[in-house]
Amino acid sequence: MNDEVIRARGLVKHYGSIRALDGLDLAVPRGTVLALLGPNGAGKTTAVRILTTLLEADAGSAAVAGIDIRTNPKRVRERIGLSGQYAAVDEYLTGYENLDMIGRLYRLGRQRSRSRARELLERFGLREAGDRPVRTYSGGMRRRLDLAGALVAQPDVLFLDEPTTGLDPRGRTDMWDVIRELIRGGTTLLLTTQYMEEADRLADNIVVIDCGRAIAEGTADALKTQVGGERIDVTVETMADLPRADAILAELAAGEVLVNEHARSLTAPVSGGAITLIRALRRLDAAEVRVLDVGLRRPTLDDVFLALTGHFAEPAADETGGDRLQ
Amino acid sequence: MMKRLAYSVADGAVVAKRNVIKIKRVPDVLVWVLMSPIMFVLLFAYVFGGAIDPGGGINYREFLIAGIFTQTVVFGATFTGAGMAEDMQKGIIDRFRSLPMSRSAVLVGRTVSDVIYNVLSVAIMALTGLIIGWAIRGTFVDAVTAFALLLLFSYAFSWVMAYVGLLVPSPDVINNASFMVIMPLTFVSNAFVPIDTFPGPLQRFAEWNPVSAVTQASRQLFGNLPDLTGVDAAVLQAQGVRIPTPSDAWSMQHPVAYSLIWVVIILAVFVPLSVRQYKRTARR
Ligand SMILES: Nc1ncnc2c1ncn2[C@@H]1O[C@H](COP(=O)(O)OP(=O)(O)O)[C@@H](O)[C@H]1O
Ligand SMILES: [Mg+2]
Repeated sequence: MNDEVIRARGLVKHYGSIRALDGLDLAVPRGTVLALLGPNGAGKTTAVRILTTLLEADAGSAAVAGIDIRTNPKRVRERIGLSGQYAAVDEYLTGYENLDMIGRLYRLGRQRSRSRARELLERFGLREAGDRPVRTYSGGMRRRLDLAGALVAQPDVLFLDEPTTGLDPRGRTDMWDVIRELIRGGTTLLLTTQYMEEADRLADNIVVIDCGRAIAEGTADALKTQVGGERIDVTVETMADLPRADAILAELAAGEVLVNEHARSLTAPVSGGAITLIRALRRLDAAEVRVLDVGLRRPTLDDVFLALTGHFAEPAADETGGDRLQ
Repeated sequence: MMKRLAYSVADGAVVAKRNVIKIKRVPDVLVWVLMSPIMFVLLFAYVFGGAIDPGGGINYREFLIAGIFTQTVVFGATFTGAGMAEDMQKGIIDRFRSLPMSRSAVLVGRTVSDVIYNVLSVAIMALTGLIIGWAIRGTFVDAVTAFALLLLFSYAFSWVMAYVGLLVPSPDVINNASFMVIMPLTFVSNAFVPIDTFPGPLQRFAEWNPVSAVTQASRQLFGNLPDLTGVDAAVLQAQGVRIPTPSDAWSMQHPVAYSLIWVVIILAVFVPLSVRQYKRTARR
């Protein structure tokens, strides 16, 4: 058996005339994390639903944990854990009852289900809330419970569809911590996200997806390099400073200097990193340019997206339920 | 095959347990389930009752109760549809579908747990009926058979609504959808008015309507039909008693058998149909 725990080839899915997936290929080696990064409507959820056997592809093939999803969906379900885009928890049950029920349906048996439920509640910071109906939980708590539900049977492969969408910043960093711990435990993970930062922080590999197709693939660093190297951003105090600053940066830049008069800022692509930055600062100081702000910046994944697709990755207008009605 | 059935039952029990917890935590539904049949009994018995003569010297209230029983258990299936639709909408179905559980268990669990609603509402109606003048005149075994038939029919019918629940876009739609199916079925039947008072074509429909059959079977088993054997109809008529024309349709002659045939047909069609729909359904 090769060591690709998730492998998909040429997945295609239509919804009526909409082509949600347009020949998507994916490969996730054992113990690694792949982020499927793309804006709302890119086809992330469709891909996850196909790989987790909730949906059948129109064309293409895929195997999860070495098992073909088309011919043996039930065995695939025995091996995977899924936490979908919206928490699939029962509001009327308590957190404990939710997890216990899932354990029973995985056929863990009464004792195992119960102890596993308590264990997971503890691990996800839900011990106190465990015996309250989920109705009373915050969004972040629901997401954590949903993730706990995906882990009940200790799956080899985990799918997380936008695990932090709709969470506040605190909830998001909490969730990142939880996911990082899972990764340390060696789980193979496919995660989807609209957040560049999230993919950068959590994933070994990133597949950028737009309109159902992979448009770029690689490590976060490789993607950044593909878009261009580092740049120096300088903001000056007055308009009068701009021309002098422009001249100085132009001498050091590896390409054209962009000037934003409105913001009184300049961006210069450079090579040489911190050394070039120090040099630039010395010369600016010598020329008595009053610098308000300066920084060496590596391109963000937003830049990657812009460079690859020619448009920004538009975040969902309503992140908590943007495509709920689709 | 046996193993699959065993899993279906075991998983169905887990899902049913979850639904029962919900019934306990959201008692509003229960209040509605129990209040509406009482409302119906009182409404028909006291508001329309005076205008409807079942004939054969039978008291309308006595005639009515079996009809209300049938109407209520058929209507009870709406809760099954609403429950399925709500689970779909809230996404819990996605969780179930991602588990290696039996593909029929969610439907089995749902339909089985909803029997609780029907048992409770039948019990409440029976009490209300007894208070306002209904009586069980048949044997104990016949009465138990009648209740069992009512519950069996409602169980089968709940699969119809479970299927509808998987199709509709939201739980709100269920009430309208079920209204459109259930109203004609219950009103063009012998549930509230005697069948011989319908005009020709409607009478045919009413005679072969499964709701009529279940009602007729219950009346027969509870002993709520006029017994005209050995009675001189002409004498009664002279006393001003309306003599109903008995229907000679096979369905009305053999209402228990005809009801059971419907139970089998409904289950044979809607169990596979619902399970298939469940397998490929998507969250909305
Ligand atoms: N059930 C559905 N019916 C019709 N169109 C759908 C359905 N689900 C998704 N789509 C469409 O398919 C495309 C991809 O959707 P999705 O996979 O949900 O994207 P993402 O998860 O990246 O936001 C979108 O254009 C979306 O509108
Ligand atoms: Mg999505």
